[in-house]
Amino acid sequence: MKQVTVYITLKAGVLDPQGKAIGESLHSLGFEEVKEAKVGKVIELTIEDGPNLEARVTKMCDKLLANPVMEDYRFEIEEAVQS
Amino acid sequence: MLQTREWSPEQIEEKKIYQEMGLSDEEYETVKKILKRHPNFTETGIFSVMWSEHCSYKTSKPLLKKFPTKAPNVLQGPGEGAGVIDIGDNQAVVFKVESHNHPSAVEPYQGAATGVGGILRDIFSMGARPIAVMNSLRFGNLTSERTKYLFREVVNGIAGYGNCVGVPTVGGEVQFDDSYEENPLVNAMGIGLINHNDIQKGLAKGIGNTILYAGPATGRDGIHGATFASDDLGEDTDKKRPSVQVGDPFMEKLIIEACLEVIHSDALVGMQDMGAAGLTSSASEMASKAGTGLEMDLDLVPQRELNMTAYEMMLSESQERMLLCVKQGREQEIIDVFEKYGLNAVPVGKVVEEKVFRIKHHGEVVADIPVDSLADDAPVYHMRSKEAEYFNAFQKMESKVPEVQHHGDMLKKLLQQPTIASKEWVYDQYDYMVQTNTVVTPGSDAAVLRIKGYDKALAVTTDCNSRYIYLDPETGGKIAVAEAARNIVCSGAKPLGLTDGLNFGNPQNPEIFWQMEKSVAGMSSACQVLETPVISGNVSLYNQSKGKSIFPTPIVGMVGLHESLEHITPSFFQRAGDVVYVIGETKAEFGGSELQNVTQGKYEGKAPVIDLDVEAKRQKELLTAIQSGLVQSAHDVAEGGLAVALAESVFSDKGLGTTVELAGDATVALFSESQSRFVVSVSKENAKKFEDMVQDAKAIGTVTDNGMLKVLVNSSEVINDSVQELEKVWKGAIPCLLKSKA
Amino acid sequence: MKFAVIVFPGSNCDRDMYHAIKGILGKEADLVWYQNSNLEDYDAILLPGGFSYGDYLRTGAVAATSEVMTQVKEHAEKGKPVLGVCNGFQVLTESGLLPGALMKNKQLSFLCRQENIVVENNKTMFTTGYEKGEIVEFPIAHGEGNYFCNEETLAELKANNQIVFTYQRNPNGSVADIAGITNKLGNVLGMMPHPERAVEALLGSDDGVRLFESLINNWRQAYVTNA
Repeated sequence: MKQVTVYITLKAGVLDPQGKAIGESLHSLGFEEVKEAKVGKVIELTIEDGPNLEARVTKMCDKLLANPVMEDYRFEIEEAVQS
Repeated sequence: MLQTREWSPEQIEEKKIYQEMGLSDEEYETVKKILKRHPNFTETGIFSVMWSEHCSYKTSKPLLKKFPTKAPNVLQGPGEGAGVIDIGDNQAVVFKVESHNHPSAVEPYQGAATGVGGILRDIFSMGARPIAVMNSLRFGNLTSERTKYLFREVVNGIAGYGNCVGVPTVGGEVQFDDSYEENPLVNAMGIGLINHNDIQKGLAKGIGNTILYAGPATGRDGIHGATFASDDLGEDTDKKRPSVQVGDPFMEKLIIEACLEVIHSDALVGMQDMGAAGLTSSASEMASKAGTGLEMDLDLVPQRELNMTAYEMMLSESQERMLLCVKQGREQEIIDVFEKYGLNAVPVGKVVEEKVFRIKHHGEVVADIPVDSLADDAPVYHMRSKEAEYFNAFQKMESKVPEVQHHGDMLKKLLQQPTIASKEWVYDQYDYMVQTNTVVTPGSDAAVLRIKGYDKALAVTTDCNSRYIYLDPETGGKIAVAEAARNIVCSGAKPLGLTDGLNFGNPQNPEIFWQMEKSVAGMSSACQVLETPVISGNVSLYNQSKGKSIFPTPIVGMVGLHESLEHITPSFFQRAGDVVYVIGETKAEFGGSELQNVTQGKYEGKAPVIDLDVEAKRQKELLTAIQSGLVQSAHDVAEGGLAVALAESVFSDKGLGTTVELAGDATVALFSESQSRFVVSVSKENAKKFEDMVQDAKAIGTVTDNGMLKVLVNSSEVINDSVQELEKVWKGAIPCLLKSKA
Repeated sequence: MKFAVIVFPGSNCDRDMYHAIKGILGKEADLVWYQNSNLEDYDAILLPGGFSYGDYLRTGAVAATSEVMTQVKEHAEKGKPVLGVCNGFQVLTESGLLPGALMKNKQLSFLCRQENIVVENNKTMFTTGYEKGEIVEFPIAHGEGNYFCNEETLAELKANNQIVFTYQRNPNGSVADIAGITNKLGNVLGMMPHPERAVEALLGSDDGVRLFESLINNWRQAYVTNA
């Protein structure tokens, strides 16, 4: 079993009102050092190991998990920890 | 998450574990007598949730009996998921209010969201399609960051759930007072429409019939939520966070559609939602009500988490689950419907003749309880009642007129009070139009929903001025019901009945119990006189923290019927040249008023007086005038008095204004909160007929087209302001308070 | 003319759309459950509003992958009309039938109210009943109606007259105030405002009637009079 973590973020240049609101909140709490906050999604997949895993996950991202019009993605593959 | 630690029957007694679950020593002894042995851990849990206030009404039952609940058109009174009232044409309206106060104080988004989900299940479990949700919210003053956070998130939660599930949130009320600082109130009211022959009951009838569990799998959500809802909110509330349930409106939408499809199958015997106390209350109540028993095997219950114990499964409050009783041998027909919507529906037990509630887990019997003992043998407490000392002091106070320097400035100030200010910020976040029935949208006295294909509509309102009830519970209780009826009548409908959401502090405090007793008495007498039976309701007690109780807040949710779409009447002025009337006299009454709040920062003295016979007469006359087509607009006079009612009557996109002439003391004329008053506009040609029909109506001025609100008192001008300016401050107040930093 | 209103799990304006077509305009319509459906017999396909699949992951994303959308694409390729409203619009962008994407409203909250909408293009099969530049009232009710596309796409939308509706006062941050667009061919319209909620004066506006009437009239001219 593999544990795949997919990170989805908004493409550069796409307005991120959630990120903006979080940045402003942090400022109002005194964290002036925060220059930018961006909000994205994390999707965790537990996948049966098999050939072309990386290509398959890329396909999953392109077909469903991310919207190429506004989102970028990257992912990490690790051994799944048995619970 | 850790599994719940289980104690042996002997340890439960020795270490008084039952107390932690919410049973008193006396109640535990009663359980032992019923079982003729020591209850085990699961059984102790089952008794503790079923005998909690939330499920058993053990302290409020003696009071609830006083409500009139019967009328020829009441098809179902209190006792089922929701009450049902006939509206002709083989149709009926189903409604109920429910509180979700404690969960919302801990996790406001999910607390409010699951509150909406729960009340919707009460409606569609009756077989009715939910057609609207209302809500009644109370928060502390919008000054602290925490209150702003609670307010924002509660509104967000209601919107998040209601919008997704596709039931319009058509209105409600929000009020702000210090007493709710630690204990916000979140009450939701659900309204449904049904054909008579589709009415379902939560009955497990027919020996051998199958009990079907439908909906998502059970997790460890909200374990002990029902007893949680009956506890004080102490300092350790944060530690209780894990017991908060998470709502899934998408799942609910699927369950609604599936349930409304299965009611047309004669394979279905009964249906009930799993609300507070989950599987325990739904299953035991279905058997108890049907005079049967029930056996269930927990190994068959779909489970979301590993190694769940019987105790956890029986008490879980995982959301969006239903329990159905289905004819033996015809389970698959029902299962197929749920499967169409991608939902689980599995047999988990059967109806038995022996009146027992028997639960098996891993092949062993883990609970074996006489089923009726859970509902019928629940203790009933007659709490001690003592007239509150403050009440005595308030009654002795001389009524005084607050000093007001500039009446125009005071009007602006009142319009900006969050309780009076426009709630547009709130309802713009609710989809109040979905289902395309909403004729009168939020912001009016009552919301109005037409019934497709018929020349009729329903009016809905929620009301409760808890300041009056605090000052004088009996009078305040009468006012709460009367005001709700007033709102219904102003919209052009005849009041049909009500549901109540009784929110109080700790009933063990005799002064709090006195508040309950008196306000229920007041409400009951108003229900009698105004002919509005109570058909369902909810009780939420222990709304206190750090020794401070909320104001007594028995919320009234009322429904009325427009006998023709022609009767639907707006709450604001329609046309320049119309005559403006006030119905009812104005006395110097400022106890509990918004003006008292603004000028003194507290509430004291006597509540406004109400004469229920006068109220009933005026409502009848006004309704007749509306039904006769004589009235252009009607609005009740409430918080902030006549001045605020006039301002609200000119707020619209029509660019209208008004000029009125009043007499007497200007402060009294403008800001007193005397009861049983209405602001009505009537076209000139109908003026005479209107005056003949409504005896207490007095013409005070006209609707103008100059966009100015002008008031003269004893012929001298006291207010002359641009309507646009006034509307701007009224609309801007809440967004402005939310933005400002504490 | 026969309409199909596609019902996805979580659609919640399906019955409203059905009521508008059948109850108000008196045309034939079916509520078509997304599974095991056959759209061949229908002349127009309507994708209603709501929260298909709870709007989990992204609005409209899961519905866009369903089999019925393959049929909708085939239908569109034949030049037959497809109208997606609100969540239906989101499904259309997610499935690639329309360009761009719909993002969270700029103020991050759900917004429900009557909105003034400008008819930018009255030459489409959906809008011939309106004047160009006419301002109509349609309700909006969405949390994610903020239309986004890159500059290239925007230039293309403008060049091809694909922008059909704009907001008079932009409520959600949409690029170029866009409220509704068509595909290049003009037979697929996606819009955030709800014309099906604006078909009865009793409920505040009946400006939406003409959208459906335009569609019916143009269909009649194209398929019936020419036949």
